[in-house]
Amino acid sequence: MRASRNGNIWQHVDWITIGLFLLLALFGWLNIYGASYTFDQTGIFDFSNRAGKQFAWLMGSLALGIFLLLIDYKTYDVLTYFAYGAMLLLLLATPFLAHDIKGSMSWISLGPVSLQPAEFAKCVVALTIAKYMGRYDYKIRTWRDLIVPFAIIGVPALIIMVLQKETGSALVFASFLLVFYRQGMSGYVLWMGVAAVALFIISIRFGGVPLPLGTGSVGILTCMLVLTAVEIYFLCKEHYIRYQALIMISSVVAVYAICLIVNIWIAVPFDWVAMGVVLALIGYNTFISLYWRKYMLLFVAAFTLLCIGYTHACDFVFQKVLQPHQRIRIEVLLGMKEDPAGAGYNVNQARIAIGSGRFFGKGYLKGTQTKLQFVPEQDTDFIFCTVGEEWGFVGSVAVLLVYLVFILRLIFIAERQRNITTRIYAYAVAGIFLFHLTINVGMVLGLLPVIGIPLPFFSYGGSSLWGFTLLLFILLRLDAARMEQLN
Amino acid sequence: MINDKYYNRRYVISGIAVVIVLVYIIRLFYLQIIDQSTKDQADNNALVKQTIYPSRGLIYDRNGELLVFNQPIYEITMTMREMGKDWDTTAFCATLSITRAEFDGRIAEIKDRRKNRGYSRWTPQVFMSQLKKEDIATIQESLFLFPGIQIRKRTLRDYTYKAAAHVLGSVGEVNQNDIDRDPYYSRGDYSGRDGLERTYEKELRGEKGMEVLMRDVRGRIKGSYQDGELDVTAKAGTDLHTTLDIKLQLLAEELLAGKIGSAVAIEPKTGEILALVSNPSWNPKVLVGKDRSKNYNALLKDPTKPLMNRATQAMYPPGSTFKTVQALVCLEQGGITPNTLYPCSGPGSKPIKCTHHHGSPVALDKAIEQSCNPYFWCAFRDLMEKDGYGKDNEAFRRRYELWRETVMSFGLGQKFTDTDLSEQSSGSIPSTRLFDKFYGKTGWKAITIRSLSIGQGEILATPLQLANQAAAIANEGYYITPHLNKNDSMQTHRHEIAIQKKHFEAVKDGMHRVMVYGTGRHYAIDTLHMAGKTGTAQNPHGRDHAIFIGFAPVENPQIAVAVVVENAGFGATWACPVASMMIEQYLTGEMKRKDLKNRIASAVLNESVKKW
Repeated sequence: MRASRNGNIWQHVDWITIGLFLLLALFGWLNIYGASYTFDQTGIFDFSNRAGKQFAWLMGSLALGIFLLLIDYKTYDVLTYFAYGAMLLLLLATPFLAHDIKGSMSWISLGPVSLQPAEFAKCVVALTIAKYMGRYDYKIRTWRDLIVPFAIIGVPALIIMVLQKETGSALVFASFLLVFYRQGMSGYVLWMGVAAVALFIISIRFGGVPLPLGTGSVGILTCMLVLTAVEIYFLCKEHYIRYQALIMISSVVAVYAICLIVNIWIAVPFDWVAMGVVLALIGYNTFISLYWRKYMLLFVAAFTLLCIGYTHACDFVFQKVLQPHQRIRIEVLLGMKEDPAGAGYNVNQARIAIGSGRFFGKGYLKGTQTKLQFVPEQDTDFIFCTVGEEWGFVGSVAVLLVYLVFILRLIFIAERQRNITTRIYAYAVAGIFLFHLTINVGMVLGLLPVIGIPLPFFSYGGSSLWGFTLLLFILLRLDAARMEQLN
Repeated sequence: MINDKYYNRRYVISGIAVVIVLVYIIRLFYLQIIDQSTKDQADNNALVKQTIYPSRGLIYDRNGELLVFNQPIYEITMTMREMGKDWDTTAFCATLSITRAEFDGRIAEIKDRRKNRGYSRWTPQVFMSQLKKEDIATIQESLFLFPGIQIRKRTLRDYTYKAAAHVLGSVGEVNQNDIDRDPYYSRGDYSGRDGLERTYEKELRGEKGMEVLMRDVRGRIKGSYQDGELDVTAKAGTDLHTTLDIKLQLLAEELLAGKIGSAVAIEPKTGEILALVSNPSWNPKVLVGKDRSKNYNALLKDPTKPLMNRATQAMYPPGSTFKTVQALVCLEQGGITPNTLYPCSGPGSKPIKCTHHHGSPVALDKAIEQSCNPYFWCAFRDLMEKDGYGKDNEAFRRRYELWRETVMSFGLGQKFTDTDLSEQSSGSIPSTRLFDKFYGKTGWKAITIRSLSIGQGEILATPLQLANQAAAIANEGYYITPHLNKNDSMQTHRHEIAIQKKHFEAVKDGMHRVMVYGTGRHYAIDTLHMAGKTGTAQNPHGRDHAIFIGFAPVENPQIAVAVVVENAGFGATWACPVASMMIEQYLTGEMKRKDLKNRIASAVLNESVKKW
């Protein structure tokens, strides 16, 4: 019985995904050799260099993958909660066992190798979320239903962020929002997230800058007001609220247009005008809602006030809560600071490395930027530079497209599951890979702030490779079991 | 699940992934296709262009004798970054035998960005430069003890003989002007600053090569870029074979020791300069290496002006040596024939007295032999007044103009423009305009300019011009532009003199008589058939300048010489023996009159002449 089941595994396992995985991992390994290659370089299999070590990790990861496929799929389900508990303990213990590596307390030394438990936490959290939300009686009806899932991801995220000081690894848990969304969480949450980020960027970027329409924060208030109105217009289905939102947008635009024209002859105090417009609109909304007894409009007014508060909160978070190095990274990204020798150094060198690759790249092992170590962390977080420099536009786009196909394949796998638990888990895996790809490549391309998380299968490091292997092969095992469950 | 109402959200999630990848592809397109700046930035980061200096061309004399060559010198550089904490400064100072204070002082200098703008902890900085091979021997052996210390090799000029400093010139670091003028140079390069080194700079310097190297983020060199595909090999400079005869040059320099003066020897048939001496001079080695600017400034301050090349730049009244030219012009333009006689009343002659005692009247040969002033005054006057003075002095002025033109065809009164001698003065043959200005068009007559007849007055010539004049007489009617490059045949630079060949015989005969019966008779060697003319030039700077021009052998001249000894007195006493010995040296290959040589060489006529 057991033998036949094991025989089935190789028929049911998704070879396309395994193929994509091998493609990415091998190409990644080549690039690690490229990134750590120097002129007195030994061979690619020499275990004293990083490519050699990565090869060992890669072999280990294949062994791990085969092992994971051979295990009975039910084992995962059985072990999930225990694993979650054990993981929490391990994460809690890590800061005490770890030694400080560049301010991060997330590495545990086991003889010659160091492991980062946070990399394995993703997998366990994904399984736990899947198991919890996959229960037949679980449905997202109100926000209360999301409390437990948020706690499941929130607790390890907090431990990793606060105790281990690994912001990047903690942020990965945000990718579970996609899972929740798929499971029925309101799309507004995603929209709110986007809007919050947009407002954050606007208020940080333009907070102290004199804008053409009034200086600094009051200019922001107006932008925010327009943004709020736009948001309300698209989010709210009730006509009269949409109508009010339209009034808000058009009256702000009209007032400013008039002021601009008047400004030709008489200098207009835009700060006061903005303040007046904001107050007038809030007052108008309040009045109308009380008059018509449409309290939804009161919500609009309140929401506007909330946004004003949020803008100021952003400023506070940015100035007081964020670490100085994080603040500088964001400032550099938003073009508020030029610091090519300091915080902007990585990003600038990465841009030069990728840009100088041009269309076809400089050729394998011929990139000067990466060979000569101009890009820091080039074999870990900044590995994509090597791809860009040596393989050019062609190679970079190819890698991105393979990733895209890989992620779409994971979504495809997710949707073919009859077992909801497996589907949720598959979405979690797809989300985690998408998040890593987005943050890592976005950072290297200078589109996102520098957040140190690895590019799956590319970045050097055993923990991350094995962590991703764990994620992926458990999914493949569960996927292969979808036939067994029918029988 | 068929009844899953959120089923469509799979497309939203897939869409998010697609949009993100699309945005990144657009960004890649911008960075890698549109933005052109990154390629250069990457090259600036990683590529170092290191210059390979070619070896400078050597300089030889006419007989293949090596005069100027290159000596390797060494620089000790240090890369601060590679010098660890336990770097043994004490041992390092001991190896170089410098004190700790000197070491610290030098380090402070290196780190001072105002003095050393290119300072970087990552790149080699020059700690000590211009070191000899023996200076670096000890440090070379123990180099491994001192990480960050490197030894770099460059080359400097070195000289076989302490001679011909003015001719050879020197090599020094380029200045901003040179860099602006010629993009070939960059800061720290060397170029010929004067003399032949400057004239033949382009040939001697060769072509710099370039090595494209890669450096890493720490500035460490990581080997050649693209296997040296972009490298340019250095091209060594071309050797220069000069026309100098170093033995002749050495002799002349020795003879002029203790005197201010110059000597120029030319091979008449070719215009090749055999010797070009200006004293005081200096040992060319003092303008090489780290003491160059110190020594240069000292030379500059020397009141005897050793840096001036008197052979080409100093202008003297030619005195009686000019009578040879005067005689030729008068013969040609019809003032006299070789048989014309003029009376001489010795020191009582008017308007110009004669400085010698001889019979009267005299013909041309005797007049040259005895350097008879009245003869040349009369001949000059007769030529000038040949057509009378005419209306408004026109006829006379035209005569003078013609005379001047002919005189200048000897190369007098102008620079040699088609030569490789860099520093020259033009000398002076006064123009009609000059006299018009002084006296008015009608205000000057032959008598006004009588001094010209005997090579005094407004006439000025450089020793080079005098030697060339001697060569032109030796050649009987032409000269080849005097030059220093043996490989450069100058036969096309032949300058004809507007005097018929037949007239030269009488003058040459007269000059031969000078060496047999006349003022030069004491220093003649019968077998060498010398011809010459002494001159004793009055000048406003003190005693008369002793001047001599000559050539030998008369029948087939091999060498023409001009010697000037400033403020020495009679040309016959000081200039003639120098020229005579030079002729002997050149024609016979040795100088046998040792006593004469010692007497002249050891005579110090000017106390302030220093030996550099």
